Amino acid sequence: MSINSQQLGNRKLIIGGFFCLVVIIYLCRLFYIQVIDNQYKLDAEKNAFRYMTEYPVRGYIYDRKGKLLVFNAPSYDLMVIPRETKGCDTMGVCEVLQITKLEYLKRMKKACQAPNSPRKESIFEKQMSAQTYAALQEKAYRFKGFFVQKRTVRRYPKPIAAHLLGYVGEVSKEQAEKEAYYKEGDYIGITGLERSYEEALRGKKGTQIAITDVHNKVIGRYMEGKYDTLAIAGKPLYCSIDRDLQEYGEKLMKGKKGAIVAIEPSTGEILCLVSGPAYDPNLLVGGKERSRNFTKLYYDSINRPLFNRALTAMYPPGSIFKLIDALIAQNDGLINRNTSFPCAMGYPPMGGKPKCHAHGGGKSLTGSIAVSCNSYYAYVFREIVDQRKYPNFIDGYNHWRDMVKTFGPGTRLGTDLPYDKPGNVPSVEYYNKVFGKNGWRSNTIVSLGIGQAELTLVPLQMANVVATIANRGYFYTPHSVKGVGIDKHLDKKFKEKHYVAVQDQTAYTNVIDGMQGAMEPGGTAFTNRLKDIVVCGKTGTAQNPHGKDHAVFLAFAPRDNPKIAIACIVENAGFGNTWSAPIVTLMMEKYLKGKTERPEVEKRMLEANLIDANNLADAKKKKIKD
Amino acid sequence: MARNENSIFYGVDRVTLIVYVLLVFMGWLNIYAAVYDEEHQNIFDTSQKYGKQLIWIGGAAVIAFSILLIDANFYTAFSYGFYGFFLFMNILVLFLGREVKGSHSWFRFGSAGIQPAEFMKFATSLALAKFLSNQNIVVNQQFRLRIKDLIKNYKNTFIALLFIVVPLILIIKLQNETGLAIVFVSFIIVLYREGLSVGFLIFGLLAAILFVVALIVTNITGLLITMAVIASSAFLFIKRSRRNLIAVVVAYALAAGVVLGTNYVYNHLEDHQKTRIDVLLGRGTVDLKKEGYNVNQAKIAIGSGGFFGKGYLQGTQTKYDFVPEQDTDFIFCTVGEEWGFVGSTVVIFLELFLILRIIFLSERQRSDFSRIYGYGVACVLFFHLAVNIGMTIGLMPVIGIPLPFFSYGGSSLWSFTILLFIFIKLDANRLLILR
Repeated sequence: MSINSQQLGNRKLIIGGFFCLVVIIYLCRLFYIQVIDNQYKLDAEKNAFRYMTEYPVRGYIYDRKGKLLVFNAPSYDLMVIPRETKGCDTMGVCEVLQITKLEYLKRMKKACQAPNSPRKESIFEKQMSAQTYAALQEKAYRFKGFFVQKRTVRRYPKPIAAHLLGYVGEVSKEQAEKEAYYKEGDYIGITGLERSYEEALRGKKGTQIAITDVHNKVIGRYMEGKYDTLAIAGKPLYCSIDRDLQEYGEKLMKGKKGAIVAIEPSTGEILCLVSGPAYDPNLLVGGKERSRNFTKLYYDSINRPLFNRALTAMYPPGSIFKLIDALIAQNDGLINRNTSFPCAMGYPPMGGKPKCHAHGGGKSLTGSIAVSCNSYYAYVFREIVDQRKYPNFIDGYNHWRDMVKTFGPGTRLGTDLPYDKPGNVPSVEYYNKVFGKNGWRSNTIVSLGIGQAELTLVPLQMANVVATIANRGYFYTPHSVKGVGIDKHLDKKFKEKHYVAVQDQTAYTNVIDGMQGAMEPGGTAFTNRLKDIVVCGKTGTAQNPHGKDHAVFLAFAPRDNPKIAIACIVENAGFGNTWSAPIVTLMMEKYLKGKTERPEVEKRMLEANLIDANNLADAKKKKIKD
Repeated sequence: MARNENSIFYGVDRVTLIVYVLLVFMGWLNIYAAVYDEEHQNIFDTSQKYGKQLIWIGGAAVIAFSILLIDANFYTAFSYGFYGFFLFMNILVLFLGREVKGSHSWFRFGSAGIQPAEFMKFATSLALAKFLSNQNIVVNQQFRLRIKDLIKNYKNTFIALLFIVVPLILIIKLQNETGLAIVFVSFIIVLYREGLSVGFLIFGLLAAILFVVALIVTNITGLLITMAVIASSAFLFIKRSRRNLIAVVVAYALAAGVVLGTNYVYNHLEDHQKTRIDVLLGRGTVDLKKEGYNVNQAKIAIGSGGFFGKGYLQGTQTKYDFVPEQDTDFIFCTVGEEWGFVGSTVVIFLELFLILRIIFLSERQRSDFSRIYGYGVACVLFFHLAVNIGMTIGLMPVIGIPLPFFSYGGSSLWSFTILLFIFIKLDANRLLILR
């Protein structure tokens, strides 16, 4: 055998070599799965950790005096882990939630399918009502696999300022994919302040890293919570809005379409932003009710309550625009306080168009503002456009347009509210397109001078114009927030003065005299004068293609050291003095004195329902036509 | 080791001993890590597996000392006795043993248990060594496919195979412990070392390859035709004689038999064995949550370790029970996750080093008995190493056998200790006696 073993001696090498070969293959494989291939590391993370989100409390919103506008209320989501519902009182769940068994099965199926999983919790019923929650708690022990997760929803102590505050809703799928912070199902500010101050209001989500076992059951916290992050509550928001004024404005606008915007001229702070018709912001919270209410509001094509008129409705300004013309013409040295133009119930050179109304006196500049003479401003407009400085009227028009634009119209003001519209000051290109090149002259577009034709402003811009006049030549970008967070931080762009093109103080004095004249005997808004406050106002009655004229009024008060500048527009109402001026002056009383002293005016305004009246008239007209 | 001839450590191979101690120690550390949780941290807590393993290690030390104390001649003399005794025990366990997971292979003593099949390994090694070291017995080296020669020349080979196959069938069929039984296949390498023709090994290897191919390929007819083409193309290289024709036809017939037999064998496997094969070969759709779970989780645990590992006790996959049987058959997952590629390499190298050391020591034996026994030890250890680690990294089907000296469990640790220390004792005596 020993000879034999020598003959077979090389077999030890073969055997040893074979063993080594196998080991080398194994080490290569190990190197691949441990070092090169990252897939297993990712899988491992999914395996062992569950990142649990801790939702922060959204910041409260206060008005300028510290009164609460928005707070949070607890809401309860019913969660389910389908795998654990064995032995659950299914019918009981259906009964409490008032759903059919079919619906129950449908939801259960959804909870089981990707991205949900039968092992993980998913929402079964969103934001239950308090009653449902109470009913559920009673029988909780019978509902195996179900549990309640607490979240918060927005609540509003007063049903006001819906357009301004905006609302919070579930983040869209696209946004959740685009922005790393959000996950599907998270809440986000969709409109209004909730949207523009989303980042401050939302706070910061916290994460708890839980360790799960193979059954996805939480069995502890990773490293005793060393790597957990706490949720940071959202910052409070201090609005510049005056809650009482806002509430009063909304009351006045009840039954009317239109908007009221009030600005504190010395700061640019928006004091109220009313869009009528408004809706109760409390309608757009909660689960089931929310979507039902939203649909209802969304499809209300007559009132369009979700439409924020204060920022997005582009109205022809009408006569209030004469103020800007007067300022520009004085600035260019074309007119002065004593300049007068003829008026024959209309603009004589164009055969009495645009038309004017019968008014006494009104030959001077101040008088023309007080009585709102159309003819006067047709002259003024053409003086500006055709002035000698610009041989070509196109340059004159562009000059006028540039001057106007410094007051705000035609550009977005850059306020802190989303979705505001720029309004429109038509361009040369536009008219070239409409009338053909050389097909138009200053007289073709003369109605621009009285704030008609294609000229449009949003109510916020109107308020900004009157605030600028109150400031005699500058404005702060209107904004609705005094400060963010405890330290009341305010973006420095809201602390910057914007000077308009007209800086001639005499020009302002003349115009303001005219505005004060409007509130005096013979003025267009005389009937709405206030006893002990010097109001400077300007009426407007804007023709529009949608029916009766829009009633426009803007004013500031008091004349010296103005505290408030307001613009108001009531759609299809008629004369500015009849509808808008009472609202504006009532608001001023309310804001400056804290009370109103004209009960009969107030009563008329509160009770008027122009929407119904107009609808009725339309219906009648239609009937006659038929 | 010790200079004193009376010391029990006299002549004991120091290197082997150190590697053995190292492996057992590292094994315990990893069992601790695998079972570890914050509530039980006392290493002597015998309600926990690492506490129990300490008891098993103590027992192993006692066994090791005892083996070194006993005269080496004892093992030679009682080789057949051990074999007979443990064969008997393996039959006895069928009647007296408690059923665990469908297999009758455990003697239970309270919460502890002993598997006699584990001890069959060293008994078979001893018996095989005894039989093959007989001067008159020569394992035939020829490889001829003549019936006459087969009977005459392979008589001894058949007897040797019988020593291996009897316990194998007993354990696989009656005790239902496929993993333990299949280890006996490794003794084929011992026979090879002692003269078995390489033809058998190649034949066996080809059959295994064909088996796998037949499982992967769904179109069996196509496979048979392909094989026929390959077989006939053989004549391009060899002489076209009648003898060669018969040889090719016979070879083809055998191969076709394997292919056709594959499905028969596969269909007669147990369901879990079928799925394990399916998982390995990626047959059909493997659900990673069900049948593919073990292997996938094992790979995730090992793969997540990276180059340097997550650090001791920092493994999340093994610590939180993602990997099944992580303290016994899947102990390597803990190594892979917590010690990374570096640690895995160290463990594998240590095991390989031990095996190669045993081969080296075997080759220096003057006694055929010692050498053959040594090869038996090396082969059994290697088979465990290859299958155990191979299954955790997805290169082998899941066969429940432990990693030598590493996995938790009294039976396996003790049986490996006995296996190894008998060899250490034989080696220590190599200079004293010429057997």
